[in-house]
Amino acid sequence: MTRAGPIPILRVADVLLTTIHVDLQDTIAAAFQEDVLLEIEATGAKGIVIDISGLEEVDTHVARILAETGSMARLTGARAVLVGMRPEVAATLVRMGYAMGAIETSLDVEEGFRLLGAWPKG
Amino acid sequence: MPAVAFASQTMSKETLAIEREEDIVQVRKRARALAQARGFDAFACAALTTAASELARNVWVHGGGGEATLEELSDGTRFGIRLVFRDHGPGIADLERALRGGYSTARSLGLGLSGARRLVEDFEVDTRSGEGTCVTITKWTRF
Ligand SMILES: Nc1ncnc2c1ncn2[C@@H]1O[C@H](COP(=O)(O)OP(=O)(O)OP(=O)(O)O)[C@@H](O)[C@H]1O
Ligand SMILES: [Mg+2]
Repeated sequence: MTRAGPIPILRVADVLLTTIHVDLQDTIAAAFQEDVLLEIEATGAKGIVIDISGLEEVDTHVARILAETGSMARLTGARAVLVGMRPEVAATLVRMGYAMGAIETSLDVEEGFRLLGAWPKG
Repeated sequence: MPAVAFASQTMSKETLAIEREEDIVQVRKRARALAQARGFDAFACAALTTAASELARNVWVHGGGGEATLEELSDGTRFGIRLVFRDHGPGIADLERALRGGYSTARSLGLGLSGARRLVEDFEVDTRSGEGTCVTITKWTRF
């Protein structure tokens, strides 16, 4: 697997998991979106869980990149679920009038996996 | 009632250049460090730093670069953080429209300026065609 960006994408069963831990500036963001699409294609994953619990703030620029990534994944036939948004981040985005649009959201990684039907039954 | 009852006193002041995209991150990180050190809660920190991010990005994208001044204030009862974003770009042609939100000359969402305004207590814009733009925001601790 050749990846261009610094954000690792892991394969867990038939879905992908990625944790955003760096600032999504323009160059990194573009590489990240390409990586997501390449991994979906390479693995045939049915979905991707994007964990943003490490982000203390999400401005409209980053929110847009995440929403766009969701739209791109969907166009390739995979579902994207954004998980782990902190309460203060959610409050801030709503106060600014931002709607996440195309991307699904869920509480945390476990719930995200469940939503994609990929959580092993205990 | 005005937001500031007493003359506020400046406790520290620093200026950071906004010349590259990475500088936006630096401004935001510095604003967060000041807010956290002054005891702002998670919601206030996210509000201030997100507003900082939006305005710094506007300086970089629309103003062709500029600077941010970060100032710590006290009015006797509360701490405040004032951020001033200054550029010598083209100015905001239609300020009223830009402040209403949903208007962008960059084919974006146009939520940066109007959104930043909703996240802070004090918000001021001074813009002149052909001379530049200066946006000042202040966020205060509750007590
Ligand atoms: N510093 C500035 N100098 C010149 N024009 C500006 C400046 N800041 C904002 N503007 C103008 O105001 C408009 C609205 O700004 P706002 O930040 O709300 O939206 P945006 O930057 O276009 O998109 P985004 O939602 O991605 O922030 C901009 O499209 C631009 O025309
Ligand atoms: Mg903007």
